[in-house]
Amino acid sequence: MSAKTTIATPMEPERYELRAAASYRFDLDRRDFFKFLGAGVIVVSVLKPAAIAQESGGGRRQGESLPQEIDAWLHIGEKGKVTVFTGKVEVGQNIRTSLSQAVSEELHVPVEQIELVMGDTQLTPFDMGTFGSRTTPTMNLQLRKVAAAARTILIGLAAAQWNAQTEHLVAENGKVTDPQNNRSSDYAALTKGQRLLQTLPAEGSLIPAAEWKVAGQSIPKVNGRDFVTGKHRYPSDQTLPDMLYGKVLRPAAFDATLVSVDTQQAEQMVERNWHGSATVVRDGNFVGVVAPTSQAASAALAAIHAEWKSEPQISNQGLFDYLRKDAAQGRDPSGDGDHYETGSVDQALASADHHLKRTYTVAYIAHVPLEPRAALAKWDGDQLTVWTGTQRPFGVRGQLAEAFHMPEDQVRVLMPDTGSGYGGKHTGETAIEAARLARAAKRPVKVVWTREEEFAWAYFRPAGVMDVTSGVRNDGTIVAWEFHNYNSGSAGIRTYYEIPNQRIVFHEVHSPLRQGSYRALAATANHFARESHMDELAHAVKMDPLEFRLKNLKNERLRAVFEAAAKQFGWGKSKGSGQGFGMGGGYEKLGNIATFAEVKVDQRSREVMVVRVISAFECGAIVNPDGLRNQIEGSNVMGLGGALFEAIEFENGKILNGRLSQYRVPRFTDLPALETLLLDRKDIPSVGAGECPMIGLAPAIANAIFDACGVRLRALPLVPNGLKIN
Amino acid sequence: MATIHLSVNGHTHTVDTDPQTSLLTTLREYLDLTGSKYGCGEGQCGACTVLIDGKAQRSCITRVGSLAGRPITTIEGLALGDHLHPVQQAFLDEGAMQCAYCTSGMIMSAVALLQKTPTPSKRAIIDFMDGNICRCGTYSRIIRAIQKAAKMTQSPVAKGSDQ
Repeated sequence: MSAKTTIATPMEPERYELRAAASYRFDLDRRDFFKFLGAGVIVVSVLKPAAIAQESGGGRRQGESLPQEIDAWLHIGEKGKVTVFTGKVEVGQNIRTSLSQAVSEELHVPVEQIELVMGDTQLTPFDMGTFGSRTTPTMNLQLRKVAAAARTILIGLAAAQWNAQTEHLVAENGKVTDPQNNRSSDYAALTKGQRLLQTLPAEGSLIPAAEWKVAGQSIPKVNGRDFVTGKHRYPSDQTLPDMLYGKVLRPAAFDATLVSVDTQQAEQMVERNWHGSATVVRDGNFVGVVAPTSQAASAALAAIHAEWKSEPQISNQGLFDYLRKDAAQGRDPSGDGDHYETGSVDQALASADHHLKRTYTVAYIAHVPLEPRAALAKWDGDQLTVWTGTQRPFGVRGQLAEAFHMPEDQVRVLMPDTGSGYGGKHTGETAIEAARLARAAKRPVKVVWTREEEFAWAYFRPAGVMDVTSGVRNDGTIVAWEFHNYNSGSAGIRTYYEIPNQRIVFHEVHSPLRQGSYRALAATANHFARESHMDELAHAVKMDPLEFRLKNLKNERLRAVFEAAAKQFGWGKSKGSGQGFGMGGGYEKLGNIATFAEVKVDQRSREVMVVRVISAFECGAIVNPDGLRNQIEGSNVMGLGGALFEAIEFENGKILNGRLSQYRVPRFTDLPALETLLLDRKDIPSVGAGECPMIGLAPAIANAIFDACGVRLRALPLVPNGLKIN
Repeated sequence: MATIHLSVNGHTHTVDTDPQTSLLTTLREYLDLTGSKYGCGEGQCGACTVLIDGKAQRSCITRVGSLAGRPITTIEGLALGDHLHPVQQAFLDEGAMQCAYCTSGMIMSAVALLQKTPTPSKRAIIDFMDGNICRCGTYSRIIRAIQKAAKMTQSPVAKGSDQ
């Protein structure tokens, strides 16, 4: 095994992964399907070539077996049970429920009769991963088509059986009915003895959103009972007979190299206390232990003495100077564009009535998924099986295959519904560690990271610097816009305001900390800078911030959310002493958000309290209103942390506040009054909502603080010092 | 090492372990009761909350050696057969979860709160629950669920039933 056990995460991996070549592995052929699933009706969804290029990275493997670009399939068994297979995974965004609704709607079976098999690399088709708010616009639509095709097959079976015409038959509640002749047959009877497999037809009619009966409803979490009873087994809850617990030695600092390691004492301890059921593993830089309990493994690990060598590294003091200075004219070929230019910014700036040049910054923050990374690994000869919590089970399968120099078809990764991710679980560190230890121990091994490990050895949302220069006319027309983002990313970097002269550049920087995806990615940073700057410009020309935005905004969907939120908020109402109102909003991952915040700044203590937050959100036709509200409320609560107080402190390759007693996350007492407005556009295809709702909050709060006390805060987090304005 | 008799969810379990072992580790690794979760290991997040003598305690910082014979209730012991505890039912009714990893700790804390204060004010709920973290941000729903559970347990009709 190579000493380097982790695969470096490029910034915003999903954007890179959109271009990464996919390894299609789909070994079942037509007969295998029935052997594996039993008789019945199977509908297989095959991505169109255009969609494949976007979703899976392109490439086609032709062969005797079924097409390789399958993204989902559905089976109706002889007992009428519906099983849907998708490589998407559940991390709390409730897609197990919303996808079940999609199938229920088109197949006309109750949600309770539908089972989703998700994120199992052996049983489900290849999927790039669950991120980028892609499940609703892609998989939800695809499963509706699959279910509709299955319904057509079932009606056809009934028609053949009764010698009737299909147009006289209707499917409802798990049955096909012939109302004219007063006869019906349930799906179980129709599928009995059948071995029908069909790939999804290119054309098929779907039920329009305006006529949805199950989709569009607030269906509760399908397996909710398993969670309130403690029955559900998360990755960290998985067990196997004879399982051991593993711990891995961590370097003293990032990028440190192992100078020497003394495992003698640990080995003696293992020999003395847990003879035969514990072991110390050394492989290059990788040093780990396994023992019968996690406590024993920790004790053995603590007995290992290691010396590490590391170079001086950038600390958070001076970080932003470093990011600006070290910036290359970065290429982020897969983002929203690393360099966009239109008109002549320099000329327009020279002729504008007002100019404004401002710098905004965002700190590194951690995802802090409440369930830390965890994996259970088991070897059967040269076959490896790993249960782990990851948003990319197929990606982790690839990482395991690479780490152990083995073909991917000898690796199976299963993803039990996991204790959240927020973009932070794209990688397979614990999977690789557990697998390495299990190979040495010749028994199944579970590795669960401690909170401290999760803070230090996962990855962070990138820090960044945004330089904005703008020019505006006295009448409030923005004429010039220059925007530079250093390191944090290009998601949401382009402006949706109508500005004739623009220069927008993303600069990639070698990050001192390991960084990667995070819910809404750089869109939070870019919207914070843009929407704060819009507020500053409005004040520069003495215009109302809402009026100023609408004057420069043509996008109807975005205007609609701003106007709806403003109305609900009562924008323009008079305010009391210390009270402040602000807004922020934008467009990301195909959704539209406007967030209005009310804050109170205590005049004596200078402490900020976020009193009320109103978000108006529009993401096309709504699939599950309550699930959607939950996502929007959750985005605002999680977003409070990054907006107000979350920041990773680090020095010389070490995290200084990597525990929950040191790193503050939002709690009950931080909760403002939350109001959510849903704009249901049944005429527009549904898109995702896990990320976009987050982006308006930070600028809304910053703008409200300015409104309350005249202090302009341009750094996220805004008030890390006990919520006090410095 | 010591032999410790633990009373968990009405059953007595005998475990041979170091008395310094945390209750959370004991529940999860020795008794295979995995409903109580690890989140921080320092009593900061509440995911490991159980009831000891009817009071909410952080099992990750409670040493098992001090618990011999004292009644311990975990999330697995809350429902009576198929009949959910009112707090469990209220969490389902209000959709008070996303990934739900915090849910068992939230429910156990809420049960302890309602035992002590059957009709808590919203402020009292917020203050009592502040030690429990939900990273998905479902706090407002959890508050509603606790208010609903309080009503369920107060209502004479619902009392004693699964609702």
